[in-house]
Amino acid sequence: MSEHYDAIIIGGGHNGLTCAAYLAKAGRSVLVLEAAAQLGGLGATREFAPGYRASVAHTLPQLGRQLVADLDLEGHGFRLANASLPTIALGQDGRHISIGDDSLLGVSAQDEAAYGNYRALLQRFAAALNPFWHKCPPMVGSRGVKDMATLGQFGWKLRTLGRRDMREIMRMMFLPAQDLMDEYFENPLLKAALSWDANVGSKLAPRSPNNAVLALLYRMSGDIGGDLPLPAGGVGGLIEALAASAGKHGAELRIDSAVSRVLLEDRRACGVELANGDLVSASTVVSNADPKTSFFKLLGARHLDVQFTHRINRLRTDGLVAKLHLALDGLPTITGLERPDGRMILAESMQAIENAFDRAKYGDFATQLPMEVVIPTLHDPALAPEGKHVLSALVQYAPCRVSGGWAGRREAFLEAVLNSLVRYAPAIREQVVAIELLTPEDLEAQFRVTGGHWHHAEFAIDTWWMNRPTYGASQYRTPVEGFYLCGAGAHPGGGIMGAAGANAARAILKET
Amino acid sequence: MPLQAKLQSVDSISHVETGVLHSPFHSRTSALNINQQWSVWNGFASAIYYGDALLEYFATRNACAVFDVSPMRKYRFQGVEVEAMLNRMVTRDVTAQKVDTVAYNVWCTDAGRVVDDGTLFRLANDEFMLCCADPCLDWFLLSAVGFSQVEITDISDAVASLALQGPTSCALLKAMGFDGIDHCKPFQIMRFPWNGGDIMISRTGYTGDLGYELWLDPGLAEPLWDALFEQGRVFGIQPLGDESLDMARLEAGFIAPDVDFHGALHTVELHHDHSPFELGLGWIVNFKKTHFTGRAALEREKASGNYRRLVKLDIEGNKPAENSVLYADSHCRREIGYVTSAMWSPVVKANIAYGLIEAKYADGEIWAEVYHQKELRWYRKVARCLKVSKPFWSPERAKQTPPPDC
Repeated sequence: MSEHYDAIIIGGGHNGLTCAAYLAKAGRSVLVLEAAAQLGGLGATREFAPGYRASVAHTLPQLGRQLVADLDLEGHGFRLANASLPTIALGQDGRHISIGDDSLLGVSAQDEAAYGNYRALLQRFAAALNPFWHKCPPMVGSRGVKDMATLGQFGWKLRTLGRRDMREIMRMMFLPAQDLMDEYFENPLLKAALSWDANVGSKLAPRSPNNAVLALLYRMSGDIGGDLPLPAGGVGGLIEALAASAGKHGAELRIDSAVSRVLLEDRRACGVELANGDLVSASTVVSNADPKTSFFKLLGARHLDVQFTHRINRLRTDGLVAKLHLALDGLPTITGLERPDGRMILAESMQAIENAFDRAKYGDFATQLPMEVVIPTLHDPALAPEGKHVLSALVQYAPCRVSGGWAGRREAFLEAVLNSLVRYAPAIREQVVAIELLTPEDLEAQFRVTGGHWHHAEFAIDTWWMNRPTYGASQYRTPVEGFYLCGAGAHPGGGIMGAAGANAARAILKET
Repeated sequence: MPLQAKLQSVDSISHVETGVLHSPFHSRTSALNINQQWSVWNGFASAIYYGDALLEYFATRNACAVFDVSPMRKYRFQGVEVEAMLNRMVTRDVTAQKVDTVAYNVWCTDAGRVVDDGTLFRLANDEFMLCCADPCLDWFLLSAVGFSQVEITDISDAVASLALQGPTSCALLKAMGFDGIDHCKPFQIMRFPWNGGDIMISRTGYTGDLGYELWLDPGLAEPLWDALFEQGRVFGIQPLGDESLDMARLEAGFIAPDVDFHGALHTVELHHDHSPFELGLGWIVNFKKTHFTGRAALEREKASGNYRRLVKLDIEGNKPAENSVLYADSHCRREIGYVTSAMWSPVVKANIAYGLIEAKYADGEIWAEVYHQKELRWYRKVARCLKVSKPFWSPERAKQTPPPDC
């Protein structure tokens, strides 16, 4: 092994790049190894049809100013195409609801008043939780000063919400989205749209208890714009800035460099072996891959204890969100909508979402599929040839392992997706030039994410904070000395945020 | 990776009506069990004693005796990654274990607490048999997660097994035609064609004396038993029950599950489980090998020295210290532990016991508060205990190859 680095980062997704940039900025020699031909993973902006580009992740609700400032991302070209997309709940009858950062149009006066209270409450809760997304979680059973301090701060944050709010957050935290929505609102369209962010990306629907409210607050963690910033150049625009920042600080970034395994010496991580057989040594090996890939494929169960291995194996990693990219030769017309420039939620009610979920639970999919649609080219024309458009949609629910196998059922699924769209945009089929449909299984194969799960492992209360991905690996370090996690499977979770990468870098800088 | 245990169908479980299973030797053991004293071991009827427990016990020390080990749980591990899988599960170095040898092992939780102990038989490079007193398939399946091509089969009902223990055991086997058995070393395995089938013999046992365990197809069980007792008459053979085996194992320094220790998966209260160091099994915890489950916890525990000690005690007087509480002083002011097993040893002529002692009192005085009866009246005495480092009973013949007198 001729090459040696302070740290090797496996995976050049946004968390890997963030971790690399922070480590390099602190003076560490860093090598990022990306298996694909392009950096960015699920954030990469790819040409899916000639002249048409899109990234799998499409908005940045969770990105924080601190990261942008620390890594001087604006100096490296990061821009927003729109600081805040409104969310538009599409009605099939052409009567829509528009939910802006500080406005709500198309609902009753009662709903409007309730929304003010609801939003203010969630914002207070989100602000209380926000510091903890950017901190190493405490360790269970530890008497360490830092762990006790974090737990103490958490208690203090809840307490200083005031007695009424503290009681309320504790009551609300694990409610199903439906219970929360029913408490506040009457309009089914509004409830469906507001519940969307509580469940999207997890194996949850409006009636599922667990982490809906937590997920809502998590999605409110960003502060680079309004509620829903849209990056210029797709999320790939952010990736390029992260890569440039990491590179400027001296990190070396290599694409087409799949890692086949982590090397150990005296039970300590000491480097990696690449798929081509090359060996590179390092004092610290950091995995941006999901926990199952990290521990089973890269490290190997033989280096880990039985019960720890079992907990990793039992992580829920089956994604349920499919991604649709349409190349359109014109701007689609949505019935009753002047201009489709917001984030459109296509779900007539929470029941409709629940119905789609029910089919997916049993390995099937519904004929009517709820989805979130953005037309980024309205804000960033460079993503398509002149006058043409890209439609980017998150479609729920698509089981990772569909019964009968995706090979035989892709066409039927695509038909269901297009039919669901046509109900709102009757002429859209004629505008379609090219289609890219990515099922969770496709995401798994193309982006090397187990189950195609955008959180790498379910974002749920049992795999949250000090249990993410599981106790024994929740502070970025793992049972194997010198081997760290920096991906979405670590705290705080998925979404384009960079917090896992930044937190991991801080843990590594402190410990090595 | 799916975790699936193959369960028996309801129809195939024949003992649902009686609650008791019969071992392949049952027709013979039940004929000899003139007192009809049975316990239940893993659902099987197991003789407590046949005629007289002391007579059986003395046979293991002066002649030979046969114990039906068939209710023992036996698992076969096969596949390319099986060595790595087992090596990561148990505390000894499986990669150093040669084919056709047996190694006593423990396996621990991540926290370094003993799940169970057992004997690991290496049958081929990629095939092992693991024997333990209680069912442990769930743990083995968990331990195989992350390893490809590892097949684990419960072969408990497919293998009949007998322990033949005592100073004349080798001579008896030779007389039965197992030529070369006298060259079998301790913990070695030999195989013999017998009566149209095959018998595997390992020089292993639970009595600390010269002895063997015989592993065979259940179809050979009855003929083997008959041949042993026919040829064994002149070698002083006796059947051996639970009670006399328990005496022999205590003298030999062996621990018994659910007597001297609880498996970590079966305890509810904190610290009611044990580390290998607490049980005096530090000698089979190998820190020189590659990773194994519990390693980090065990390294920390060893370095701290802060673990209880299961010690062998020679207690003054002749009243067995059964169920006794142990103290650091003769006035019983400082309680430091308790006795797990105790007996008067006829062969050592000593009042022996195992005591589990708190770490910081392990090197100090130990006193046992002994309760004993005379004509129904209870008496209490406080007896001084001396720690013994070697097994109470370990005759040279148990280690010699060839053994004497065969």
